[in-house]
Amino acid sequence: MTDDLERRLTDAVGPTPTLDLDRLRTTLARRAADNGLLDVAHGTYDSPLGPLTIMVTSRGLVRLSYSHEAVDEQLAELAAVVSPRIMAAPERTDEVRRQLEDYFAGTRRAFDVPIDWRLVRGFAGAVLRATAQIRFGAVSSYREIATEAGSPNAYRAAGNALGSNPIPIVVPCHRVLHAGGGLGGYTGGIERKRFLLRLEGVLPG
Amino acid sequence: MTRRRGVSPGVQLPPFETLIDAHARELHRFLVGLVGPTEAEDCVQETFMSALRAYPRLRHGDNLRAWLYTIAQRKATDVIRRTARRPTRDLDGIEPVAPPTATPGDDELWLRVRALPAKQRAAVVHRFVLDLAYVEVGERMGISEEAARQNVRAGLRRLRREVTTNDR
Repeated sequence: MTDDLERRLTDAVGPTPTLDLDRLRTTLARRAADNGLLDVAHGTYDSPLGPLTIMVTSRGLVRLSYSHEAVDEQLAELAAVVSPRIMAAPERTDEVRRQLEDYFAGTRRAFDVPIDWRLVRGFAGAVLRATAQIRFGAVSSYREIATEAGSPNAYRAAGNALGSNPIPIVVPCHRVLHAGGGLGGYTGGIERKRFLLRLEGVLPG
Repeated sequence: MTRRRGVSPGVQLPPFETLIDAHARELHRFLVGLVGPTEAEDCVQETFMSALRAYPRLRHGDNLRAWLYTIAQRKATDVIRRTARRPTRDLDGIEPVAPPTATPGDDELWLRVRALPAKQRAAVVHRFVLDLAYVEVGERMGISEEAARQNVRAGLRRLRREVTTNDR
């Protein structure tokens, strides 16, 4: 039974050439995009506030993530909510990246990218849509935003919605402050909020 | 947050790119065994393209690895059929055969492996190229450990017959 056939089989193939995994990922992402099979693409942008992960769908920008650690979980959420056809494809996020660069360079005051709102629902969606209307350099309060969203008394819920804003910076939740002048909270940490408000001239440089 | 409406309700599939990260290297080794190093890389790519096309319609995400191996096996069979139609050196009427590509080692034996029926071929490659235990072979092929063992045994029996007839 133990003729050398089994050993010959094991030896016969020889060393497996190494698979270039990066190249495979890139090629597959390109082919997927060309064939309309890439439903969620993501790429990173090294912003002055640290690395951001940009996630886009065929509808538009769906998430902008400050948290490198949370990216896997956020992509899993998109797999459930949008589509599991998800791959890294930086060139698909170029337009958002370019506008963010301009914004941080001080040459852009408004973003002109379509938004995919599928990660927000109900009252949170109303709050964030109202927030999206606050102009560069202006601010609002949690109560004002709650009122805009249709529930003047729900300012705590408005705060929660802003705190879990999936698209910070572009949907400018940093422009919402406490009525008394306090900065309130921020999804990316209060230092980032301060930075953005200084960039927009709301806080002294 | 409460659970939201998904694409396929009740099915939780991981982002597709995680399948590439988790399985591409091993699938590549498997395909090198099946179709040789020249064709294997293309075959990996085609495997993932087919998988991507079907992915959102999967009814469950239980054994994605076995699913990928099934696709890979099918892609390998396509390649073997396609290359068998090309003129190749005479192998005593054994068909289908892959052309003698630049496989290092025991070319002739591997041409015969590639001529095995698909299941036996896959089982033999899993067992001897990837050096997997029968239970793991079964997992990758979506069959039982015993069925994996039988496929390997049948494949070896056939190879032994051909090899002794022709080589010894």
